[in-house]
Amino acid sequence: MASDLPPPYTAMTRHEMTPRVDHDEAARFNFLTHFNRYLSGAIGAGNRLAYESRVLPAFREEHGRDPEHRYEIRDAMNHDDWHRTWSALKRNSMEMRQHFGRQIVLRQIDELDAMARQYNEHSDLLELDPSVEQPAYQTAVDIHCQPGGYHTEERDGDVTVGANYDVGLFATTGGALGGLNDGGGQAVVEWVRSEHPDFAPRRILDIGCTIGHNAVPIAQAFPDAEVIAIDTAAASLRYGAARAAAMGVTNIRFIQASGEDLSRWSDESFDWVQTTMFLHELSSQAMPRILSESHRVLKPGGLMLHIEQPQYSDDMPLFEQFMRDWDAFNNNEPFWSAMHGQDLKQVMADAGFDRDDQFVAGVRAVVDPEIFPPAADGEEEDFGRAAIWNAYGAWKADQSGEKAKAA
Amino acid sequence: MSGESQSNDKTGDKAGEGPIDWVALSGKRAKGRRPQYFDEPALDRLYSTVFALAAEVSALRERQDTVERLLDANGVVKREDIERYVPDSKAGEERGLATQAYMSRIMRGFQQQVEAMAADDPPIMDVVDKLRRE
Repeated sequence: MASDLPPPYTAMTRHEMTPRVDHDEAARFNFLTHFNRYLSGAIGAGNRLAYESRVLPAFREEHGRDPEHRYEIRDAMNHDDWHRTWSALKRNSMEMRQHFGRQIVLRQIDELDAMARQYNEHSDLLELDPSVEQPAYQTAVDIHCQPGGYHTEERDGDVTVGANYDVGLFATTGGALGGLNDGGGQAVVEWVRSEHPDFAPRRILDIGCTIGHNAVPIAQAFPDAEVIAIDTAAASLRYGAARAAAMGVTNIRFIQASGEDLSRWSDESFDWVQTTMFLHELSSQAMPRILSESHRVLKPGGLMLHIEQPQYSDDMPLFEQFMRDWDAFNNNEPFWSAMHGQDLKQVMADAGFDRDDQFVAGVRAVVDPEIFPPAADGEEEDFGRAAIWNAYGAWKADQSGEKAKAA
Repeated sequence: MSGESQSNDKTGDKAGEGPIDWVALSGKRAKGRRPQYFDEPALDRLYSTVFALAAEVSALRERQDTVERLLDANGVVKREDIERYVPDSKAGEERGLATQAYMSRIMRGFQQQVEAMAADDPPIMDVVDKLRRE
């Protein structure tokens, strides 16, 4: 496959829980992968051009200074003809992805629900708890414009939102997450294996797992370990557990629980606590609670690892911060901006992870290079979407205060 | 259109489960106020339609390509063969390139607007005046 062409949708790996995608449904997703690449590639430079050629000069003229915050750039760019046009295109791309995905899933929801029910009844990978409340940060808006968010049911016990999430990730990311949309989880596995080959976790907790696409590769890579994957959203867990079962994974359990309250697990009971693209979907009060709970359940010498897009720092140009913020305001990611503006090292330190025990590493999606192109970076990077992440991690100090492992 | 086995039946028929009108439900809006991108709200609506149509034309072109490839290979085409068709890597690349070229055609106005921002041409009247004088 030529390096600048996305793979066709039919290159996706299939398993029993994969919604059946007919010819034209696949073709619509093919259009969207090209459309998304076009928006970030061929015309992606337009925002910077508009900013530098007219928006910034006008701002300087009006204020007698440069912008001092990404929100000042946002206010100015929201009046710019090109940025509005580009944003309208991108928003429509996200909306089409949802509509196309929901048509695929809902037209066969009877079969999908029945299949999920069968898998979940026989696999024992799913444990739902209806008493778990949906947190406000999950219900305030439908995150990334997914109708129903991760949690809403179209009818009792259905898998619509989980299946729709899975079926369309390919289009949103232009195929950058690989055949099972698990390039993030694969990236985590590769980092652990190459950087810490002796690390042999027995119990792993994945918080905010949604459909488990990033937790399953960890379970597959550490077959002797027990992976507990939790989320508050039953509608996603139901699909995720059935998906894992269909893939033949047995050492994972999907449990409906909130990361803010891990009280059912005792202190120091996990070797590894993982979150992947999760922290930005919380709130300022929830994030430290989850990190504190993570610290509590982690064994001394255990690994805490968060995969996220890079935090905004003083070193990151304000224009880049503004571009990375697009999803917060245009794609229903309301905590994205505040989260990425936080000093995550301090938040983790407040949760008990000594700064000296923390590290940051760069990881990128691990996909089959025969089929899937390398993740875009550089000038054509799709700000905030590229399958290139930072791993914000810490090794929990053991009781004697010694640093268990150097990062 | 979609595979006929499911697509023509809009309702679920499971005992004890309410019928699902998948067409109506699929278009449900996401909770959260939608930004208005243009001063004229009708333009926001129009973008939604134009690009949905663009996706349909792209899908139609891909289907046409599938039919032609199946006819080339078999001399006959069955609907189920279309639905099951998976391009090999060469065909996938050819179709990907065709979609890329199609994208370039429908997006020309946007792409040339970006080019124009970089070029910053003076108004044509300036050039007309200049050539009249010189």
